Amino acid sequence: MPAPSTPSHKIRIVLAKLGLDGHDRGIKVVARILRDAGMEVIYLGLRQTTASIVAAAEQEDADAIGLSMHNAGHLTLAPAMLAALDEAELDVPVIIGGIVPDADVDILMGAGIAAVLGPGAPAAEVVAAVRDVVVS
Amino acid sequence: MTSPHDDWQAAVDASPVRDVPFETMSGVLVDAVYGDAPYPGQYPYTRGLFPAGYRSRLWTMRMFAGFGTAEDTNARFKELLRHGGTGLSTAFDMPTLMGRDSDSSWSLGEVGRAGVAIDTLSDMEDLFADIELDRVSTSMTINGPAATMLAMYVAVGESNGVARGHLAGTIQNDILKEYQAQKEYIYPPRPSMRIVTDMVKFTTAEMPRWHPISISGYHIREAGSTAAQELAFTLANGFAYVEAALAEGQDIDEFGRRLSFFFNSHIDFFEEIGKFRAARRIWARWMKERYGATDERAMMCRFHTQTAGVSLTAQQPEINIARVALQALAGALGGTQSLHTDSYDEALALPSEKAARIALRTQQIVAHETGAANVADPLGGAPYVEWMTDEMERQAEAIFAHLEELGNGSILEGCYAGIENGYFVGEIADSAYRFEREVNADRRIIVGVNAFAEGAEDDDPNLLRIDAETEEYQRKRLETVKHERDSSAVAIALEQITADAQDPTVNLMPSIIDAVRAYATEEEVAMAMEKVFGTYVEQAIV
Repeated sequence: MPAPSTPSHKIRIVLAKLGLDGHDRGIKVVARILRDAGMEVIYLGLRQTTASIVAAAEQEDADAIGLSMHNAGHLTLAPAMLAALDEAELDVPVIIGGIVPDADVDILMGAGIAAVLGPGAPAAEVVAAVRDVVVS
Repeated sequence: MTSPHDDWQAAVDASPVRDVPFETMSGVLVDAVYGDAPYPGQYPYTRGLFPAGYRSRLWTMRMFAGFGTAEDTNARFKELLRHGGTGLSTAFDMPTLMGRDSDSSWSLGEVGRAGVAIDTLSDMEDLFADIELDRVSTSMTINGPAATMLAMYVAVGESNGVARGHLAGTIQNDILKEYQAQKEYIYPPRPSMRIVTDMVKFTTAEMPRWHPISISGYHIREAGSTAAQELAFTLANGFAYVEAALAEGQDIDEFGRRLSFFFNSHIDFFEEIGKFRAARRIWARWMKERYGATDERAMMCRFHTQTAGVSLTAQQPEINIARVALQALAGALGGTQSLHTDSYDEALALPSEKAARIALRTQQIVAHETGAANVADPLGGAPYVEWMTDEMERQAEAIFAHLEELGNGSILEGCYAGIENGYFVGEIADSAYRFEREVNADRRIIVGVNAFAEGAEDDDPNLLRIDAETEEYQRKRLETVKHERDSSAVAIALEQITADAQDPTVNLMPSIIDAVRAYATEEEVAMAMEKVFGTYVEQAIV
């Protein structure tokens, strides 16, 4: 896969688990994949709120936010995240990874989520998705 | 002097026998066991806990279920019982698992999603409505707020005329692995251990048919560990609970026989079977030789098994049925006491009713068609299987030695230290990443994902959807209960919990039971203890 044009600076991405969901295997693997691909990864950990993520994205001057969701709460939590970013007037693309049924992907993209990565997404696809949303 | 074989034969003769022919499909009669001593039912139980294996009794087909409201899950329970399920297993939603009520801001979007929502005794009453609690055994998968759920179950039993002494079941209550893998904790490890010990004492004294801890490797494995790490971390946690109970002056033979375990059955068939066999041997040896158990029942590693959710693929989900069948067979050949088979659609959503039925049918095929249940430990004596069993044991012992060193001779202290210094989460994350790299480098094949991917366009399973109204409905229910209850009685009961939490010599169970009877909510009970115990926040490390 040809790499999309790479931004001149090192990509900074904030990764977090939003809400109560404790499934953190995937996001920790993704953190290492992105770090190995040369990105600056700021992993906030479990039990984050939309406010704590907005604050981190602001402080860290993040190029993107990655949220991992495994509890079927994505249709509620993803729009809440976008609303919190809007309110803070922060224009940072949000990527959702985890268990998201196909039928919900369009809904999330329509709501303004920049990319959705499902189970089994290979490392190259994960890296490319982050680069894509940062460039565009 | 009798031989081990004579002893075994006498034990078999004294055991119950299922009324089915123990013969092959072609009509050849088969013996209850083949190979050498020690035989099944003989210490150290490598070959199984019971002399005639599944000839006496099949494993319990215990399907984990829970979604939406208590009424929704109650209907699914009844459906599973009608279809031949023999035990209930409750999945709670995330707010319930974390001690939060449905009306908490933390619960937004998660009510009833990944399990059933339980806020008060009123929900628990609906969950078990019209189910004979003295006839089924119930498993409740909950840890941080386990004491509150046990208290509610006791209260439901009482209002249905079933005394606590007649209630049978298991509550997971394995708090150590929460800090290591599943991450559903409320308080810091040490006060959490006090609650666990209180529950062990309470059930030992008052609930003879209840297993107060199900020491669980399942989540450790799902979080990414290897088979040997799953085995070792789980048994080490078991040793830690034993050391904690011994420190409280509990009798090892009394509480030891109430402990049970829960393992993952993953896809590497022989490694899994070796792991199950090694688990029984290690537990028996440590309980007898290190902790001084004399009652054989206190040396027996009884375990539940669930097929590996993490091995299921979202791509071509129907092929997961084959994975689950193989994993179920490994569980049976490994001698599990009960089994949950995953539904093929679980990489996409909670199981649909059809997928859950196919999963139950899968283990019924293993039980009734394959002949695997005719002979105890049918693979015992096979060189590869015996070697694998030894190898699992060797790797686990190396990990115990490390934990013992961390804890200056105490496994309990070693577990605390390993939680505090990030040992467990670090080891698990390393293993998970190693696996992922192997898949990405195509060194490990996952059918339908990085090989044989043709056919994925057919994917269109009919997924279970939890509608958004569930959350609204549950919040309203909670509001009604709060409105109708006697608030001053609730306040007094909660104050009593806080007072009891301050005094480590008092058992917390009685005041929690009083509070839930007064319809105190789960979160109110959790907060009453949090005032004293504080909260736990994990350091985010990758």
